[in-house]
Amino acid sequence: MRHSIRIAVGPVQFRIGSDWAAPIAALEHLYRGYPQDETRPADGTVRLFAARPWRRWVRPSVHIGGDFVVPDALPLPLSMGLLAAEMGMNLQVALGWRRHMLLHASAVARGGRALIMSGESGSGKSTLAGLLGEGDWRLMGDEFTLIDPASGDALAFPRAVSLKNEAIAAVAAQVDAARLGPLMASTPKGDIRHLIPRADAIAAMHEPARPALLLFPRFGGEASIEPMGEGEAFVRLTETSTNYVALGEAGFAALTRLVRETPAFGVSYADSAAGIALVEQLWAEAAT
Amino acid sequence: MSAVRTFVDLLAGRREAAALAPRDWDGVIGVARSEAMLATLAHRLEGADLPPTVAALFADQRAAAAVAQRQALWEAEMARRALSPVGIEFVLLKGAAYAAAKMACAAGRQIGDLDILVLASDIRRAENALLNAGWEWVKSDPYDDFYYREHMHELPPLIHKSRDRMIDVHHTILPRTHRITPDALALVSDAVTSADGFGVLNPADMACHCAAHMLADGDLQGGLRNLWDFHLMTRDFAAADPRLWEQLDMRARLHGLRDAVQRAARLSRDLYGAVVPAGWAGQEASDRWFRQRLLARDDWGRVVRPLLEQAFYIRSHWLRMPPTMLAQHLWTKWRKNRA
Repeated sequence: MRHSIRIAVGPVQFRIGSDWAAPIAALEHLYRGYPQDETRPADGTVRLFAARPWRRWVRPSVHIGGDFVVPDALPLPLSMGLLAAEMGMNLQVALGWRRHMLLHASAVARGGRALIMSGESGSGKSTLAGLLGEGDWRLMGDEFTLIDPASGDALAFPRAVSLKNEAIAAVAAQVDAARLGPLMASTPKGDIRHLIPRADAIAAMHEPARPALLLFPRFGGEASIEPMGEGEAFVRLTETSTNYVALGEAGFAALTRLVRETPAFGVSYADSAAGIALVEQLWAEAAT
Repeated sequence: MSAVRTFVDLLAGRREAAALAPRDWDGVIGVARSEAMLATLAHRLEGADLPPTVAALFADQRAAAAVAQRQALWEAEMARRALSPVGIEFVLLKGAAYAAAKMACAAGRQIGDLDILVLASDIRRAENALLNAGWEWVKSDPYDDFYYREHMHELPPLIHKSRDRMIDVHHTILPRTHRITPDALALVSDAVTSADGFGVLNPADMACHCAAHMLADGDLQGGLRNLWDFHLMTRDFAAADPRLWEQLDMRARLHGLRDAVQRAARLSRDLYGAVVPAGWAGQEASDRWFRQRLLARDDWGRVVRPLLEQAFYIRSHWLRMPPTMLAQHLWTKWRKNRA
């Protein structure tokens, strides 16, 4: 393709091709600090393309292609090319990655132990992970957490954090502007702005962490903590995993072990400060 | 050299994996994924000298394919438990059959829906038995449903409500409206029993079906995989029985599939280096278009040559139904899409 870039996030090597220069330039900016082995073959391919040649210039709209695609997915305007690239990368991991069990969850680590947060979009799991990652935690990822079936360890997937709506201002106030991507307003997923993880989180992206605490955050309402049984945690996590079924017995064994060895809680919180306080409290009291 | 050529050469054993530059793998992996053959390549190159990250990716693919195959065979077992009690014999087709018969082409092969073949006279009872056992209709519109029942070689697809897996119940191997009418009764009555105890087509019929599926029915999407199946099965069947090619010719005549089978043999020779007997070894000018269609992928895994792709798409419809019917069908579909 005309323009391309290679990006390694955690264990996954991507190659991303594009009919336009702009999305690749934006990715180069976000991923410039990531380690890169130019000779490493790509595990997965993303293609950002125009459905018709003239649509490169006339009302340019970006179709998301690659090894795995969502049939009939709507294209995005070129101004949201970076979001298209992010969605394409997520899709390749969600549908193509088999080495680890994928959890749709954010994670941070401290002292080699991981806090994993799983929730629907809007639960605040990305924002919490992003904010914790600015404190004395290592950001492991805001979208996927990988569980190694052999060791039970959590592995990081620290892509650029996708901040949404109110979270943008909350995080932007705390970080150097050079670590933020362009603001994409009114995308199908709301306003989006990317945050480049701290250099130490990127440098440590291959270091596994032992799962120590599982949280299922819910944004809004009174602060509350509810212990969650193994069964419920198990079922909830199967629902968030895109490859649990495909992994068969290995996936079952990995997930069973995760919920047996890791205390789990449902938490509600009214704002980020309260969320962080709850996390610190549970980490001190309950983390294994 | 283009990635798709390199991919085919690696499968054929004409090229050593160790001779590839690290970045050559980008295109090879991309093409293999586009053809749903990455795990097949991973099996073919097991033990070869590979870059470590490629070796790791290939190990993942082999493990994933083993799980998928177990799940596919479990689905076949579920069909047996639904159909056996009511006395319906069935024959596994395609991927599940290759896996049940433990054939070489099953190694890493992706298996989609469960495809089974029953006698035309059993089709209504088979449908009822599956509905009773938890399969249900995939939501479709009345025209599609009518079209399947009236003109196709299979029931409209059924999906199992708790396992979320599809089954295609065939009563023959080409659409009713197709120019060619294989002998479906012979396919079922001459079937054999696989290592796993499932009914599968006999070797010659299996190769006929593979060729028909690739060359007489579809538009050659996934053609490299079907051709790989054809190559490995004829190679191994011929090694086990020297009269295979003779029988294959006989069965191909019976089913009206001689052109398809001979072309499949020539293409597997041209692309995968298959050894075919003297009588099969000719060359036909039109083979060139088939080779070009099979190899029409760029290093990013995209189909190139859209006109050729379109031509094969039109050809598939031309073979499938008479012109007046085709016109009527396209008209109905077009009006529906506008609505």
